[in-house]
Amino acid sequence: MSLLEVEELCATYGQGYVLHGVSFTVDEGQIVSILGPNGAGKTTTLRAISGVVRTTGRIALDGVDVAGESPDRIARRGIAHVPEGRGTFTELSVDDNLRVGAYTRRDGVREDIARCYEWFPRLAERRTQHAGNLSGGEQQMLAVSRALMLRPRLLLLDEPSLGLAPLVTRELFRILEGIARDEGITMLIVEQNANLVLKFADHAYVLESGRIALDGPADEIGADEAVKRSYLGV
Amino acid sequence: MNAATEQRLRVGGLIAVGIFAAAVPFVFGPYRVGQLTLVLAYAVAVLGLNVLVGYSGQISLGHGAFFALGAYTAASLVEKASFPHLLTLPVAFVVAGAAGFLVGLPALRIRGLYLALLTLGLAVATAPLIKRFEGLTGGADGLNVVQPEPPGFLSGLALDQYVYLLTLVIAVPLFALIALMLRSRVGRSLVAIRDNEIVAKSMGINLATMKTGAFAVSAAYAGVAGALYVFSVGFVGPESFTLVLSFAFLAAIVVGGLATVSGAVLGALFIVLVPEYAADVDDALAGVIYGATLILVMYVERRGAVGLARRIWGRATRGRQDRAEREDRGGIPAAGVPTGGT
Amino acid sequence: MKEFIQVTVDGIAAGSIYGAVALALVLIYRTTGIVNFAQGEMAMFSTFIAWGLLQADVPLGLAILCTLGLSFAGGMAIERLIIRPVEGSDPLALVIVTLGLLILLNSGAGWIWGFNNRAFPSMFSDDRLDIGGVHISWESIGITGVTLGVVGVLWVFTQKTKLGLAMRAVSMNPESSQLSGIRVGRTLMIGWGLAAAVGALAGALIAPSLFLDVNFMGAVLVYSFAAATLGGFDSPHGAVIGGWIIGVTETLAGHYVDFIGADLKILVPLGIIIAVLMVRPSGLFGSREVARV
Repeated sequence: MSLLEVEELCATYGQGYVLHGVSFTVDEGQIVSILGPNGAGKTTTLRAISGVVRTTGRIALDGVDVAGESPDRIARRGIAHVPEGRGTFTELSVDDNLRVGAYTRRDGVREDIARCYEWFPRLAERRTQHAGNLSGGEQQMLAVSRALMLRPRLLLLDEPSLGLAPLVTRELFRILEGIARDEGITMLIVEQNANLVLKFADHAYVLESGRIALDGPADEIGADEAVKRSYLGV
Repeated sequence: MNAATEQRLRVGGLIAVGIFAAAVPFVFGPYRVGQLTLVLAYAVAVLGLNVLVGYSGQISLGHGAFFALGAYTAASLVEKASFPHLLTLPVAFVVAGAAGFLVGLPALRIRGLYLALLTLGLAVATAPLIKRFEGLTGGADGLNVVQPEPPGFLSGLALDQYVYLLTLVIAVPLFALIALMLRSRVGRSLVAIRDNEIVAKSMGINLATMKTGAFAVSAAYAGVAGALYVFSVGFVGPESFTLVLSFAFLAAIVVGGLATVSGAVLGALFIVLVPEYAADVDDALAGVIYGATLILVMYVERRGAVGLARRIWGRATRGRQDRAEREDRGGIPAAGVPTGGT
Repeated sequence: MKEFIQVTVDGIAAGSIYGAVALALVLIYRTTGIVNFAQGEMAMFSTFIAWGLLQADVPLGLAILCTLGLSFAGGMAIERLIIRPVEGSDPLALVIVTLGLLILLNSGAGWIWGFNNRAFPSMFSDDRLDIGGVHISWESIGITGVTLGVVGVLWVFTQKTKLGLAMRAVSMNPESSQLSGIRVGRTLMIGWGLAAAVGALAGALIAPSLFLDVNFMGAVLVYSFAAATLGGFDSPHGAVIGGWIIGVTETLAGHYVDFIGADLKILVPLGIIIAVLMVRPSGLFGSREVARV
């Protein structure tokens, strides 16, 4: 049984459908990426899983159907979503942002905060500053850390490289890779930067106009130039 | 049901309502006629407020102040300057309209919560100011105002019948004027401003003129309504113009239907009849019932009576149509909402 | 000079009440984005409940404590049952709902307890403290002290506790808060509960001097709106400081300026509201965000 099973997901924002029956699975410990052009429905897929968007279809975590549950309940089940735009609490300090992320936890919070600062030393330097003063890359790191404070079983990342300089993006992905390796966290990453994420992921799905156009092992898709050009504009 | 049939139904409905309205003084007794006169006067004020809040998107909690201004203008002109009643109407219109324009000027710079607070201040200041200028207003004791007498050729009418018909004859063209204005480019500009000021400005709409104009027009209507109120009631006192009145006007536009014309009448009916029926049930409980009704109405249909009517009408005539399509055709644009941007 | 100090201290005490109610307004505005026009009537209703307990021979301190608890529960219930169903809809509908609540509570209190006014005992002694010839009433000191205490407790709660952090997070970004597992609905309920309790305390503090009747919080609410506007509608400390400024200004003006009689005193806070909105709408300490209604 996979950690996450998504079956026939259909979503609408009121004016026509954005997802037309998307199905895929994510196994425990896997790093899966969802790729595709703008408007393909990638963000909607993640928001469906984290409960922010209402959908039809089945979303099962460990075999339990969680579709239709409220976002906070899904978060408490162990699905952490790093939203597009990061969702930082700009007027809280970096420290407080992390504490909010740990809201559902009872113990080990201080240790986890320390660990986040180990992974992201730049955050440690700014721990008492207002999160709104951080640079884009630092806010992204903060958003990831906040999600990790949940000790999630599944980490959803929505366009982590958006708005970041290439150097910062590489650093971020390097750290993510390290975390994945050391903690064995299952990750589902939505990205437009196909090259970067395909080197990192195990499996990839390509979404186009709300449907899965292609799926396969990440290295295969990464090696297929024709696919990359036609679907990913690379 | 196609557009032509709907149009015919609508015109037919208006004619029916018109006949009913004209027949009122001959069908009902003086008390009911007086009540409906009040409804008409309030409806004019509520319509004005709807132009301001529902169409141009500027909130006002102080509409009662302009109503009071019109009422006292008419009252003092009749009692202290022996003006003929009918002549006080345009004066009240202009005086209140000018006051509305003056309030509209600072309102250009603030919006949302702050505009609400500013206009709230107006409403609360009304009664104390009335008491302060005793010479003109009769202070806390108020002023008794002679009611208008029917002219020679109408001498067959009783006083209450005459006042009702006079109010009706004034109200109908006022309503028609606004209805026409809203259908014109002016109305479209107002809605554009309400929905997105920045976009409206880029379309070449002069925000300042339209917004202060909306304030002026809404205040002017409230002023005329105030004068009509005085003709009907024959008395003005500060207790008639408290914060409760401004709240009632606001409730009327929301309960009747924001950004609608017919909603003004429905809303006026609500704020006159519900407190009375509630008082019939139990004097002390009247407010409880009124307040609870307000809250319940907001649950059931936030777009007011007109929204509810449209909803029911839609279900009855459209049958099994795709929900998405029905939503596209809509009803009230953007739920007639003054958004955060205004 | 002595008179000036006495009047000023009385002004600070009055201002503490305005600040407390303003604090309740700000609490609700910050967490739920709603302007609670019914705040004064909620406080009035709570004070009547306290009065009812007193009639049942419950000692004053206990009666007030029970009232705080009941008000907290009441505030939570109001959020859950009356506000929540309408939340997220247009701001105007929310205004109507709080207005409906205002009318309902006002008449409800009249229906239950009648429309006459009655006395309400003070928590503090009648005496005055004599410092170098200046007489300061214990009442004023007590009111100011209690308000400061409440402000302190609230500060500790919001800044140092997990629940307080959740409330701050929800007021900034409800969606992100949800994604971190915070139950937004429950947090909002607690915000309303706290506001109701603070309002209840303010009512009990000022009832002794104003006499308790269904309309006694009406003027206070106007002053509190002025305080919140002056301080900045989303600033808790602004609300309290604004309250003091308004309180002192009003008391000094009423004492030294003859033109302003009892009737027109209400124009002082209104004038302040207008002045603030013209010069600096966000108030002394508020953020410059454009607010919803």
